[in-house]
Amino acid sequence: MNKTWNNKAWFLVLPVLLLVAFSAAIPLMTVVNYSVQDTFGNNEFFWAGTDWFDEILHSPRFWEALQRNLLFSFIILALEIPLGIFIALNMPKKGLGVPVCLVLMALPLLIPWNVVGTIWQVFGRVDIGLLGRVLASLGFDYNYVRDPIDAWITVIVMDVWHWTSLVVLLCYAGLVSIPDAYYQAAKIDGASRWSVFRYIQLPKMNRVLLIAVLLRFMDSFMIYTEPFVVTGGGPGNSTTFLSIDLVKMAIGQFDLGPAAAMSIVYFLIILLMSWIFYTVMTSSDADS
Amino acid sequence: MARITLDHIRHAYGPNPQSEEDYALREVDHEWNDGGAYALLGPSGCGKTTLLNIISGLLQPSHGRILFDGRDVTTLSTQARNIAQVFQFPVIYDTMTVYDNLAFPLCNRGVSEADVDRRVRDMLEIIDLSDWAKRKARGLTADQKQKISLGRGLVRNDVNAILFDEPLTVIDPHMKWVLRSQLKRLHKQFGFTMVYVTHDQTEALTFADKVVVMFEGQIVQIGTPAELFERPSHTFVGYFIGSPGMNVLPAKVEGTQITLGQESLQLGYAPDIAGRNRIEVGIRPEFIHIGREGMPATVTRVEDNGRRKIVRATFEGQPIAIVASEDTEIPAEARITFDPAAINIYADSWRVDSRAN
Repeated sequence: MNKTWNNKAWFLVLPVLLLVAFSAAIPLMTVVNYSVQDTFGNNEFFWAGTDWFDEILHSPRFWEALQRNLLFSFIILALEIPLGIFIALNMPKKGLGVPVCLVLMALPLLIPWNVVGTIWQVFGRVDIGLLGRVLASLGFDYNYVRDPIDAWITVIVMDVWHWTSLVVLLCYAGLVSIPDAYYQAAKIDGASRWSVFRYIQLPKMNRVLLIAVLLRFMDSFMIYTEPFVVTGGGPGNSTTFLSIDLVKMAIGQFDLGPAAAMSIVYFLIILLMSWIFYTVMTSSDADS
Repeated sequence: MARITLDHIRHAYGPNPQSEEDYALREVDHEWNDGGAYALLGPSGCGKTTLLNIISGLLQPSHGRILFDGRDVTTLSTQARNIAQVFQFPVIYDTMTVYDNLAFPLCNRGVSEADVDRRVRDMLEIIDLSDWAKRKARGLTADQKQKISLGRGLVRNDVNAILFDEPLTVIDPHMKWVLRSQLKRLHKQFGFTMVYVTHDQTEALTFADKVVVMFEGQIVQIGTPAELFERPSHTFVGYFIGSPGMNVLPAKVEGTQITLGQESLQLGYAPDIAGRNRIEVGIRPEFIHIGREGMPATVTRVEDNGRRKIVRATFEGQPIAIVASEDTEIPAEARITFDPAAINIYADSWRVDSRAN
């Protein structure tokens, strides 16, 4: 054996190292950098320590936005997961219906997010929108620009329309992987429709549901584009979610320090929540 | 338990069957006795599973009726037919315990709780899983899962029949043997009518009172293992059962005389071959004797597999196999004789008897 010992192999790791550095590590560290300093432009920085974190964690504005985020995520999970399972259960398993349904389901997912926002913004307008006009002519006092409840309903319905397909597709993938023998055995055992769902379909969908819940939670907790386009965070602050507030603070008010501190807190919250979800769902899996 | 009558059953998967080839199952018309153990044996795609699914009610036959104890059940659902089925891959309810798995079919049928408990405990005893009752079914081995599948069928003590669809495919060879003997014991003990689909002849022959051999969508023979061996009613049965399979040689038959190339043999009877075209002689390798007497044959190869020798030879231009005992001497100028009682005559692949019968 005559091996040449050198460290050239490290060059093989270099591309991915650079990629991670520029796409994740450096931006994140920049934010950390801003969060502990104060700046007035001209590249002049003053050490601020944990002041910005104190400010953020003691501002009602932050906590209100966080509450809105949590409420929003809770509502859309409660709507999209059962609805997604229901649609997946009723989708055809073979024949021409399969590709038709799959394409229909994929459509909302393929539309750019700001276009989704624009569609619903126009759709819901009382003066020219189809939905808005129809509701108005039916006597409903619907106006998402004026009424906070209407604004919430619009944003939630829009999200359900946009993202339920994702849950459907994931569940459908879980369902079609169940061999026919399971359904035949269930028939022979005289199982009811509910038992088939409870003891065959749901256990087989367990894993994909975990992914669906995680993805939908993270996405909904980071929601920005669609409500920004439809309501712009209003009326008042009623649909101002953390991300919208963050952008207002950073770019609108140019409060870079507090915005950076808020970004970090926001990031840690998502990380923590995802970890909790994952632990809870996988541990219930391991018990059984 | 029930007698199963298959009354002129035919099945085609396509909507408009035109010719015989469109049928996955050609005419099947048989009666299977209450408490019998039947093995459906045949190569892949011969219609075994189709027939099984028709009996279980998962498929509706295109033509014909199926009766349990004389009662027409053709239009009844699987559940209403009250049968049990064990599938190729173990089907268990992962999230339930072993106990709940066995209790499930009873609870679904509204059996009282005390009754369920008693029967499930009995069944756990029978399938040797008492110690596992409280465990989740998920972590079990394939053979344990297959036992649960079987138990779920047996726990309903009023089932009409238990159907097995190649249930030992995924089981280790050693456990296969154990499960097979357990199943045999259970069959003796409970006397259920048992239909067992397999493509493994050893499995079929050790298991069943009657073996049902299927080929290209039809039943070619139903018989005891001995009948299948000695009197295969179709050349396919001859090939398929036994190892090596039956030698089938083209022949001419006139009266009681058979002509094989240059050689001729005398039969004890005159086979009824009137109007048939292709005549063949079938003889099992076990019934050909090799030595210095008889008709000349050229030995091409000798396979020694322990207790016996398999001699590959050419006889009148046809390859044949001969089974000889371990200490048989194979002479250079080998000659062979056929055991006359073991000769079967086939006309167009089907066995023919004497004209008188």
